[in-house]
Amino acid sequence: MRQKQNATGWLFLVPAIILICGFSIYPMISALITSFKTGTGTNMTFTGLTNYIRCFKDDVFIQSLKNCFFYLIIQVPVMLILALALASILNNPKIKARGFFRTAIFLPCATSLVAYAIIFRSLFATDGFINTIAVKLGILDSAYNFLANPLSAKIVIIIALVWRWTGYNMVFYLAGLQNIEYSVYEAAKIDGASAIQTFFKITVPLLKPTILMTAIMSTNGTLQLFDESMNLTHGGPGNASITMSHYIYNMSFKGVPNFGYTSAMSFIILIMVAILALVQMKVGDDRE
Amino acid sequence: MNNKVKMTLMYIFLGICTVISVFPLLWMIIAATNKSVDVIAGKLTFGSYLMENYRNLISQQPLWGNFLNSCKYTILVTVFSLIVSSLAGYAFEIYRDKAKEKMYAIVLMSMMIPFVALMVPLFRMYSRLGLLNTAVGFMLPSLATPLLIMMFRTNAKAFPVDIIEAARIDGLSEFGIFFRMYIPSMKSIFAAAGVVTFMNAWNNYLWAKVIMSDNTTQTMPMLISNLTSGYVTDYGMVMLSVLITTIPTAIVFFLLQKNFVEGITGSVK
Repeated sequence: MRQKQNATGWLFLVPAIILICGFSIYPMISALITSFKTGTGTNMTFTGLTNYIRCFKDDVFIQSLKNCFFYLIIQVPVMLILALALASILNNPKIKARGFFRTAIFLPCATSLVAYAIIFRSLFATDGFINTIAVKLGILDSAYNFLANPLSAKIVIIIALVWRWTGYNMVFYLAGLQNIEYSVYEAAKIDGASAIQTFFKITVPLLKPTILMTAIMSTNGTLQLFDESMNLTHGGPGNASITMSHYIYNMSFKGVPNFGYTSAMSFIILIMVAILALVQMKVGDDRE
Repeated sequence: MNNKVKMTLMYIFLGICTVISVFPLLWMIIAATNKSVDVIAGKLTFGSYLMENYRNLISQQPLWGNFLNSCKYTILVTVFSLIVSSLAGYAFEIYRDKAKEKMYAIVLMSMMIPFVALMVPLFRMYSRLGLLNTAVGFMLPSLATPLLIMMFRTNAKAFPVDIIEAARIDGLSEFGIFFRMYIPSMKSIFAAAGVVTFMNAWNNYLWAKVIMSDNTTQTMPMLISNLTSGYVTDYGMVMLSVLITTIPTAIVFFLLQKNFVEGITGSVK
């Protein structure tokens, strides 16, 4: 009986195991092996760490790495603070039409990544809406090509990312806040705590696990950004706003590919994500 | 008085955030009904150019073919990944033993592999197996999702063991217990997981771009991306295609928002 159940258990697991091994574990091992080889097509030879050394001499790869970190250190804090502020306001029962505001701010999550990248590309184009309005209102003398300047192109990506993901993170905080009795806030108010004090002394400490989790998720997402770089700025001007995944894509599927080199680059991302996952597990342990 | 000022400031802040959140989408809808030159001129009222934009779009791109591709891939991925992942999550919890725990650790580990690391080897494997430009090829890597497996396992913990034992005594098979008792009692988890999977599958762009080189097999995100690759952009037409791409996810968003929230927050608890 027990044995029969055990066999059924494995039977239930067969599809998932085959798929995960075939489409995640096997390709990952294959990428690791390829990352130590150089050459094209089937004509590849082992060259040790050459590909990894090349990564750190490749100006575009370094640029893409820097870009991802630039997005990370500016976008993630701005977005999370904004999401936290919105969630704590929307948790206040005295605010009317909370459902409406929540839905509206969460709404950007209904758009696909390519779709919103294209909307923002159009809004910030030289002949786009932002320029037209800014010129009409006299803020700008003439249309400014936001996507042709290395810094403003990156800032447009950051604005777009904040727009798309703030509501998403807010939802996590709202779910977390539901576990805190609202009477705690009432009590703090009676004791004369200001709104700022309650925010830093009650909301932030109680939401700490959720905040850490969203920070890790956002970091992970930023390291793997692709759709926005590809569609919003096309990586440009030059390669000024390109992300690592976008560069790997270009090197793998445009021109003559060197799969050894692109595998090495992708493994560098994998190592960064793995470190992040370890941090996540450590944080998860502290929670219990 | 002070309190009133504070409330007003909160409403102003919420109001600004609401406008910023909604405006780009509203602008997209308005732009879809206008001529490109009017969009550039900053027109913010609905125009009468919708049909013209639509005719331009279908004359340049296989719109409905691609739309059907997206629908087909998304629905199949959602259905199959729910079956595969719920079976696995259930089995990891209900029939747990040492060997399966080890397997579960591998599943969790596979969650941290970034897709970009798998893209090249999968592409090479696909060209050997002739899976490029096929629906099956597009779907296979997204059918077993570690996050969903985790979610189903966590929720299977709440499925009472007594019921399983009683059902076994009544002679119900293990498959019978899963399909007739577990699935019906976990409807809300299936809805939550289904909505998240639907959204992810519909939005999947990088993988589609890697394996779909033929414009009859490509998906909607690829179609709209192709429309903006030229030097001159026809804004009315592009925004119409963006609007059409957004409609299915927007419908799911508005009808199943509660499940969507449960899905994204539930998978990480």
